[in-house]
Amino acid sequence: MGASAPNLAGGVPGPGGGRPILAFRAGVWNDNPIAVQILGICSALAVTTRLENALVMGAAVIFVVMMSSLLLSLLRKAIPRRIRMIAEVAIIATFVILVDQFLRAYYWDMSKRLGPYVGLIITNCIIMGRAEAFALHHRPGISLVDAAANGLGYTFILAVIGLVRELGGTGTIVFGERVLVTIPGYPMNLVLRGAPGAFIALGFLVALLAALGLRKTREAQG
Amino acid sequence: MNETSALVIFVAAVFTNNILLTYFLGMCSFLACSREFPTAIGLGAAVTFVMTATTVINYLVYHYLLVPADLGHLQLVVFITVIAAFVQLVEMVLERFSPRLYYALGIFLPLITVNCAILGVALFMVNFEYSFVQAVGFGAGAGVGWTLAIVLMAGLRRKMAYANIPAPFQGVAVTMITTGVMALAFSGFAGMVSIQ
Repeated sequence: MGASAPNLAGGVPGPGGGRPILAFRAGVWNDNPIAVQILGICSALAVTTRLENALVMGAAVIFVVMMSSLLLSLLRKAIPRRIRMIAEVAIIATFVILVDQFLRAYYWDMSKRLGPYVGLIITNCIIMGRAEAFALHHRPGISLVDAAANGLGYTFILAVIGLVRELGGTGTIVFGERVLVTIPGYPMNLVLRGAPGAFIALGFLVALLAALGLRKTREAQG
Repeated sequence: MNETSALVIFVAAVFTNNILLTYFLGMCSFLACSREFPTAIGLGAAVTFVMTATTVINYLVYHYLLVPADLGHLQLVVFITVIAAFVQLVEMVLERFSPRLYYALGIFLPLITVNCAILGVALFMVNFEYSFVQAVGFGAGAGVGWTLAIVLMAGLRRKMAYANIPAPFQGVAVTMITTGVMALAFSGFAGMVSIQ
């Protein structure tokens, strides 16, 4: 929510309204949920200590945003406008609980590492934002594309931050038990690995994307 | 069940384990409402109040309703419903008794509902297996800590208005980096007290 909170309230249709390819590009790049819309920052910072965590979190968000957008889009004519928020939260919560229970059952270590941040997908504004700004005004097919694109855009930024923080923080990339990359003799960098590094890395990433010409319409905000 | 005293948990939640600076929760409203002092203080007070109160309610609901009925997996839905209902209540009270604050907070009051810090505190409380008193200390401390962070940020942003910031960094980017530096400063508190 945050910087583009008015978007939530106004229910303005997202960019690239009609055509799938445009909606896709908008979600992944031009209107990237994290770097451009500044949504879903909390989890982007919290779970990116490692690349693996970032990717799992990204997958979880892609699943939740796609399923909830699809369902809300199918039900868009049936949901009365006044109670739409509650309907949205209920539907999103259902899918988040599914993901949470799935991780607990099959990937206990990962579930413990992500901790409460899986549950916090409910309050991840990207999902609510897509529901409000897109799924409630568009047909299921295009809503699914839009949701997938935004989920991928989110995952992409998470992966970049995760990569920077894991490689920059410890000099290694570890997936499960396997060590993929090691920089020999790399000193531990606790700043990058810890909380300050997360803020600073995301700050520089947002600035980098701004320098590349994104965020032009949103300069006034934030 | 751990034995840390509630006061220690309170201090830790404000300084060493600041909900915003170490758990990254409540970033959205932090970024959007940290431009002016009065708004920052008002929102901080509202968040502290809602956080403390909902932690108490959620604690009671979780331990005396959900756990006995073996419905722990419903905690997410129940917590968010409690929070939403409570925020609605606060909104009505504010509108009645402090219209100025009500209008100053504008859209962000309903958005406290989706302020992840508040849901986060409830989830952490369950994760850390706190007792009732500990949970109250944690909820209040997290609220005060969040308020401290946003008020400090409002002060910094007031100064930043006069700084010559390169175009791409303006807005969110520089705020984020400043928050990082602030988190770095707060990490100086690390080891003073500690909770899980």
